[in-house]
This record gives sequence, C-alpha cells and structure tokens, in this order.
Amino acid sequence: MGASVGFWVLGIIAVLAALSVVLLRDVFRAALSLILCFLMVAGLYLTLSADFLAAVQILVYVGAISVLIILAIMLTREVQRGSPSNRFRLPAFFVAVLFFAGIAYAMLNTPWQISSTPPLEPTTPAIAGLLFGEGGFILPVEIAPVLLLAAILGAIVLVREK
Amino acid sequence: MVGLEHYLILSAVLFSIGLYGALAKRNAIIILMSIELMLNAVNIAMVAFSRYVVPLMLTGQVFAIFIMVVAAAEVAVGLAIIIAIYRHRQTIDATKIDLLKW
Repeated sequence: MGASVGFWVLGIIAVLAALSVVLLRDVFRAALSLILCFLMVAGLYLTLSADFLAAVQILVYVGAISVLIILAIMLTREVQRGSPSNRFRLPAFFVAVLFFAGIAYAMLNTPWQISSTPPLEPTTPAIAGLLFGEGGFILPVEIAPVLLLAAILGAIVLVREK
Repeated sequence: MVGLEHYLILSAVLFSIGLYGALAKRNAIIILMSIELMLNAVNIAMVAFSRYVVPLMLTGQVFAIFIMVVAAAEVAVGLAIIIAIYRHRQTIDATKIDLLKW
C-alpha cells in the first residue's frame, strides 16, 4: 500500500519535472527541475526495493552530474537567450507521441512472467557478489574504469586552454 | 496495486519527454539534459524488470549501474565538447553548429 502511494506521488512529480525540463524557457530552472526529477527517480528505486541503486542515483546524478550541468550553464552565457525550440517542434512532438504509443502498446501486450517471490531487501551484498564474485560481471567492472579514465582525459584535453 | 506495467509506462513517458526535448530544443545543454532523462527512464525500466521478473538475481540493477557509469562519462565529455564549442563560436545553439552538415 505504501509502495503504491509512493509510486503515484513520485511518478507524477517526476513526469511534471521532466515536462518542465523541456518546456521551461529558463535554462537554469530547467536544470533545477532536472535535479528534482533525478531525486524522484531515486525515490522510485526505493519503492522498487533497490536501496543501493537509490544511494548511487543520489550520489552520481544529484551530486555530480547536476553540478556539472549547472557549471556548464554558468560557463556558457546562453542563460539570457533561454531555451528556444527549433523548427522541428511539431514533428518532434509527433515522433515522441508515436514512439510512446508504439512502446506502450508493446509493453501492455507482452505477457511478462511476473515472479511472486519477495525481493531481496538489503541489495548491497548481493550486488557486490554479482559484480566481483565468481562468474559475475568482473570483466565489465574492469572495463568501466578504463572508460571513465578515457572520458576524464578526453574532457581535460577538450577544455584545456591552448 | 502497482505492478510492472505501471513502472514500464512511467519509463516510457519519461523517455518520450526526453526524446521530444532532444529533437526539438536548440540549446545544446538542454539537449544533453534530455538525453540524461532518457537514460534515467531506461534505468527505471531495468530496475522494474529486475524487481518483478527476477527478484532474486538483481541483474537489472547491475545493468543500471553500468548505464550510470556510461552516463557519467558521456556527460563529462559532452559538456567538455559544449564548452569547447562555446569558446570557439560564442554560441551553443545546435542549429548554428552545422560545420559538418552538407
């Protein structure tokens, strides 16, 4: 019961925040509502009993990515110009609606095999076992830091003054 | 009772909003923010599948963690590119950055 109420409240706020990201004129306010949307998604992870992922969502998205985005908004002085739409506004709207209709049709007509077992409650040990344990995801875990290192080096090279 | 379909529809709604923003906006930072919205929507779908289809295996949550890693790398490089373009052209209007267009 509590999870259903939580889902509806968090979901509606998340959708409203996402709408204001694409509809608000002010870039800075759009960034703030994006942060609100990230927070609501973290709450949705909690209703799905993914506690570790909710913490990671808050640390990575609310903590780091939003700071990067706000920093980029401050460094590029487009705040005065707002966030106008290009001339593909109507076609983009139709593409989005068509995409939503198609994917919702596919999702609602697929017979998902719902399991009735209750979920694992503290997920952190299980995720650690999956990531680092025998027969788990150890190779992607080793590749991910290489990707992050390449991204950091690329970002430094791109923004460095000549 | 909230089930798998609710979360999937919510994720589809968020993804469509992000798709609209990525296609229709001119500010490159707003486009990047819309892409973040789409990645978050995919993560919600992953975690919902993990919770409702294989509740004891958590593979969806591990996939979501890797998506977050890639999203962090993408944001760092994307914002660096935007700042570099702004330094050269004094604009981040995506309709004016058309040097590679023929």
